[in-house]
Amino acid sequence: MIGRRTDGTPIRRPLSPHLQVYDMAQMTSATSIASRITGVIWTVGLLILVWWLLAAAAGPRAYATVSWFLSSWLGVLGLFGLTAAAWYHTLNGVRHLAYDAGFGFDIPTTYKTGRAVIIGTAVATILTWIIALTAWA
Amino acid sequence: MAQDAFQGVPLRSALGRVRGKGSARGGTHHWFMQRVTSVALLPLMLWFTLSVATLAGASHAETVAWIGRPVNALLLLASIALAFHHTAAGLQVILEDYLHKEWPRLVAILLAKGACWLAAIAAAFAVLRIAI
Repeated sequence: MIGRRTDGTPIRRPLSPHLQVYDMAQMTSATSIASRITGVIWTVGLLILVWWLLAAAAGPRAYATVSWFLSSWLGVLGLFGLTAAAWYHTLNGVRHLAYDAGFGFDIPTTYKTGRAVIIGTAVATILTWIIALTAWA
Repeated sequence: MAQDAFQGVPLRSALGRVRGKGSARGGTHHWFMQRVTSVALLPLMLWFTLSVATLAGASHAETVAWIGRPVNALLLLASIALAFHHTAAGLQVILEDYLHKEWPRLVAILLAKGACWLAAIAAAFAVLRIAI
């Protein structure tokens, strides 16, 4: 890649590894890109939230439509995925805040916290759905 | 434009260039606000997720009663504002990373921001209509 030095003169810089040669199954890169993907999924979740709020404000008929969709198998599946994505984005977000503050960047810690985020996501998602299904029943 | 900035003798110090702060002194503002909103969203999302989980299967009357409670309405409005700010900031970074041509990138970012603004206002409007 042709880059620029701080004084503006051009310089040939090394390229970072492309997707073709980079092992994306590593804990470091996998948890990183998953954070971004779950963030995008959250965007979809927010749109569902807007739909839910607008329907609640519009009245019982509009609300019946949104609850029909959300309680259908597709809706439940979507909400379950959304819950997992939300917990992952939240827990990994805490991990990233620690990174930003300068902690946990060494490889052993990164793997440990990465594993903790994945296990935490599974546990929190199941707990959330236990609460939801208890309320639903 | 970026090319022109490198022509001739640079008038800014190397340190100033690295800090990326122009006359607006806002070099890290976007990045920083994403972190600020994420910290604020942590307790709000815990509250929201667990509250909404208990609302599973709730009737229209029950849902409206929950949204209309002043504390819930306040926290919902705060969540909506922060969540859409955070989302718009995140989407912008993703679009900046993957769209390399200037015009498509600019248009996509503006569309994403516009959609976030409209969705946030719609959500806030719904909460206020129920709560007030």
